[in-house]
Order: sequence, then C-alpha cells, then structure tokens
Amino acid sequence: MPSIVEVQKVSKSYRQGGRRVPVLEDINLDIQEGEFLALMGPSGSGKSTLLNLIAGLDQVDGGTIRVGGVDITALSETHLAAWRATHVGFIFQFYNLIPVLTAFENVELPLLLTGLSRGERREHVELALRVVNLKARMDHRPPQLSGGEQQRVAIARAIVTDPTILVADEPTGDLDRVSAEEVLNLMERLNRESTKTIIMVTHDPRAAKKAGVTRHLDKGLLNDVHSQAPV
Amino acid sequence: MFILKLLFKNAFRRKLRTFLTLLSIAIAIMAFGLLRTVVSAWYSGVEASSASRLITRNAVSLIFPLPLAYKDRIRQVEGVTQVSYGNWFGGIYIDRKNFFPNIAVEPKTYLDLYPELILSPEQRQAFLRDRKGAVAGKALAEKFKWKVGDLIPLQGTIFPGNWEFVLRGIYRGRDENVDETQFFFHWDYLNETLRKTFPSRADRVGFYMIGVDHPNNSPIVVQVIDRTFKNSLAETLTETEKAFTLSFISMSEAIIVAIQIVSFVVIGIIVAVVANTMSMAARERTWEYAVLKTLGFGGWHIAGLLLGESLLITLVGCGLGMGLTFPAAYLFRKMVPLYLPVFQVEDETLFLGLLASLGVGVLASLAPAWRAIHVRIADGLRRVG
Repeated sequence: MPSIVEVQKVSKSYRQGGRRVPVLEDINLDIQEGEFLALMGPSGSGKSTLLNLIAGLDQVDGGTIRVGGVDITALSETHLAAWRATHVGFIFQFYNLIPVLTAFENVELPLLLTGLSRGERREHVELALRVVNLKARMDHRPPQLSGGEQQRVAIARAIVTDPTILVADEPTGDLDRVSAEEVLNLMERLNRESTKTIIMVTHDPRAAKKAGVTRHLDKGLLNDVHSQAPV
Repeated sequence: MFILKLLFKNAFRRKLRTFLTLLSIAIAIMAFGLLRTVVSAWYSGVEASSASRLITRNAVSLIFPLPLAYKDRIRQVEGVTQVSYGNWFGGIYIDRKNFFPNIAVEPKTYLDLYPELILSPEQRQAFLRDRKGAVAGKALAEKFKWKVGDLIPLQGTIFPGNWEFVLRGIYRGRDENVDETQFFFHWDYLNETLRKTFPSRADRVGFYMIGVDHPNNSPIVVQVIDRTFKNSLAETLTETEKAFTLSFISMSEAIIVAIQIVSFVVIGIIVAVVANTMSMAARERTWEYAVLKTLGFGGWHIAGLLLGESLLITLVGCGLGMGLTFPAAYLFRKMVPLYLPVFQVEDETLFLGLLASLGVGVLASLAPAWRAIHVRIADGLRRVG
C-alpha cells in the first residue's frame, strides 16, 4: 500500500525562557493508507507535537512532511488552513465542541467552508451522526450530552468532510472505561470499514491495542514498530 | 444564517455581562442623544431664522437704542418690504426664576413679519385693538396656566415699574422649530409710559426687524442701511437674522463646546466598556477560536465573528439607547420648558448615535480580533479540560 503520510528528517524545538528546547530530532515516519497508527510515549516525548505537525497545526523547524502527496511544510498559513479543512479530521481529548451550538451545528461547522448547499450540508451531517449513532440527539447541546456522546459528536465532526486522515490526540483521555471502549470501537470501525487512515496519540495501552501499528516516541526519537492483528 | 445564529448565541452567552454592557451602551447613547439635542436646541433659533429678515441695531452695542425716526428712512431703502421694531423688556414674572423672553414690539408689522407665529384672526384683532394687550406662546401659557383674558403682571428691570398686560392671544408655532415661549406686547404702551416717567428714553427702539423682498438682496440692503446712518450719532449694525442669533449664541460658545466634548467623551467611555466585554469574551473563547482554526477557518473568519458580535451588542444597545432618548428628551423638555423651548431629538442626532455605535463596535473588536488572529493553534488548544 502507498504511504499517505511521509515524514522525513523532521525536527522541531520550542523556545523556553530564551533557551531552545529540542522536541523532535530527525524524525522519519511513513504511514500507509488505511493504517491505524498509535503513537505512544511518556509525557513530553513530543508525540502531540509530531501529531500537530502532521495535521498542519504547527510548522517544522526542518525536514518535510508530505500528506497525500502534498508537501504541507511548503504551504502558507492560508493554504494550510484550506488544506486542513478538506484533508484532516481532528479528534481532541476534551472534545472541543462549541458549547452554544447543537450537536448538529457542531458537525456542520467544517462544512461551512465548503461550497455545499444547506440541504447538502444537512445530508452530510445526518449521515455522519448516523455513523456515530447520535442522530437522535442532534438537537442537544454539548452540556446536555455525556462525555462519550460528546466525543462521538467530535468524531462525526472529524469525518463529515471525508478527510484524507483522521488525527486523534488522547481521544479516550477524558472518558470512563465504557465510553472509551465505545469510542475506540467506533474509530476501529471507521478504519476497517471506510479504510480511514487514523493517527492516534495515546497513553492508554488498551487504546493502542485497537490500532494496527504502534510507534513509541521517547526523547524526540521514534523507536520500534509494533504491528498487531486488529482486535 | 448559521453565522448570524452563532453571533447571537455568542453575544448572549454570558447573559448578565451582556445585559450590563447593553445597559451601559444604552445609557451612554441616551446621554449622547440628550447632549446633542441640547446643542441642537441652542441652535434652534438659527434654524428657525428667516433668510429674508434683517436685524438692525446700534453699532456700538445692543444695549444702546436707536431713534424711532430711523424707521421711515429704512423703509425707503430699495428692497425693504416691511419694518418693525421693538425693545427687549426683560420683565420678571413674580420671581426671577420664571424667566421668559418678553419684548415690546410694534404689533401689526411684527405679526406680518413673523408669519410663523400662528394666531387666530379673532385673537389677532383683540391684541391689535388693546394697547395693554399681550400675546404669549403656547408653551409659555401652558407653563403658567394662562388663559386669554388673564392679567399678567411684570416687574420691570430695564424699564422700572410694575407693568400689567391683558393676555389677548396665545400663538402656536407653524413648525417645531418655532419658539413658543415668547411674550410680546405693544411698543406704544411702553413708549407712552416712558414719555411720562423717563422722557429721555422715549421714542427710542432697541432694534429694527426688517423684511426684504428676496434673500439675495439682503447683502445690498445691509450695506445701504448701514451707509445711510454712517457718521450719525447712532450708527447702525445690520445683519441677517441668522447672524444676529448666532452672535447671541457665540456668547455661550464655551458651554456648547464643553457639551460637545462631553458627548464625545461618553462615546469614548462606551468604546472602553465594549472593548472590555469583547476582550473578556475573546479570552474565554481562545480555545474555541483555536478549534475553528484547526477546522480550517482563517484568521479573518474569526476576526469577522468578533467584529460581528461587537457590532451586534453595540447596535442592540444603540437601539435601546435611542428608544430611551425620546422619553428622556420629553422629560427634559418638561423640566426646563422655557430655557430650551425647542427641544426635539433630530434625525441627525439619531444618525450620529448610530454612526458612533458602528464606530464603537469596530474599535472595540480590534484588539481582541488581533489577538485571536495571532494566537497559535497549539497554544489556544492548551487548556484545562
């Protein structure tokens, strides 16, 4: 299978109190199309930073990242925003739903940047909410939903534009065990049935087990590859 | 539609804060409207003045009189259609605080020259027939509950003595710019009394009111009149009614300028209030803007959301403030009916209030929008969940 994400010699550092703190150094990573990759590692290992770079949320200091054949490190801020809108779906630890909007409206948000008509947007949103089994609660606002339901709305928002890759940063970090299991099963189903490429940062070994491939990041370096049969 | 809904939801997310901000804007816009109306009321005499009327007075000062004999010579000037004359009487009705303008005029020519003072034919005739008769404006009569036939006593200041007049008519203004607080009576009554008590002050008038055939002829008529009395014992200064009124207003220019400054200070204060509200809102929603950026919304989308919310709040507040301005102006007019006789909230004042609100909305959103545009997504998302 071709690589959908190619990370080559990527390095990233932050400035802290006038001092340069390296976070990633010469990282190379290939992710195949349809792969479900779990990025693990201790706190501060740089896994979220790597995820942000792949998703085009941050800029590299050096190296290149190609996603679906596009060198996103060469894109301007404006082009990067447009690229994210169509190619990346985001799932956050704290759901990050807009609290004053209903589940339906939250899922509709990314579609506002497309040229779809109101009716077409409605179709897409309802389909996405059906996938996460929340169509019946589409008129509820986030505070009226449980943590697991909120995360499922966030997943619906992430998939509604049918993006090239899904990135998830600790998607089960704020959920109880049952809800976490539901969310992971949903992500696994999306990967299996829709062959969605998913890159997930997690601390949770149970979450990592759902992924087909696990990579460990420590002190800015990528280590071993663990492949496992889908659970 | 979606964006408009989001703007409304965002604007009213913190109900108490938004309510207090709206209240501040409404009060400020009302204050702005009232202050501007005070300034307009001050200039209402200028607005009401006719371009085809001139005022001639003593060139030295208004307090020095002119001979009555000038009347016929002025009447002979080409372009002059009507000449009336009068004296500022300055009488006190019961108490000094009951101030109102009272003037002695030549009644027939005065009423002909000022057609905007509407008097019924019966009252006009009754006034012209009675040498002790007087006419009061509708607002003045209402203030003191005067009726036609009432005896009005005035205590003279410039012309000492106790004077009594019989109210023969109550005029109303042809339009809302006309001052309805004036009181005028027969100049002959004043003059005859002066002949007996102060003969040296008799047959002298304070000012002439002159009608010209066409406003375009006013400059020439002004020159001719003043040239006619050049090098006489009482040289004249003739000017348009508008210029004459403006010269009065210029005496209180410092107060007007102060009021205008305060009205703009009020706008400055609401900029600060709304900017504070928008800054707090933007700070609380930093993570939301980061999420929107993550989803592909650009900095300008977010700036647009903040600008829209700021404009929404200021315009709603402005609407409330404008709504409050009318009852407030009504109460104000009731409280001081004689000092600012024409107290109307003008369209221009409302337009200025709306313009100021739009300005406030834009200015207040600048700093928070700039911050929201420049916040890094990773920093914006870093929050306590």
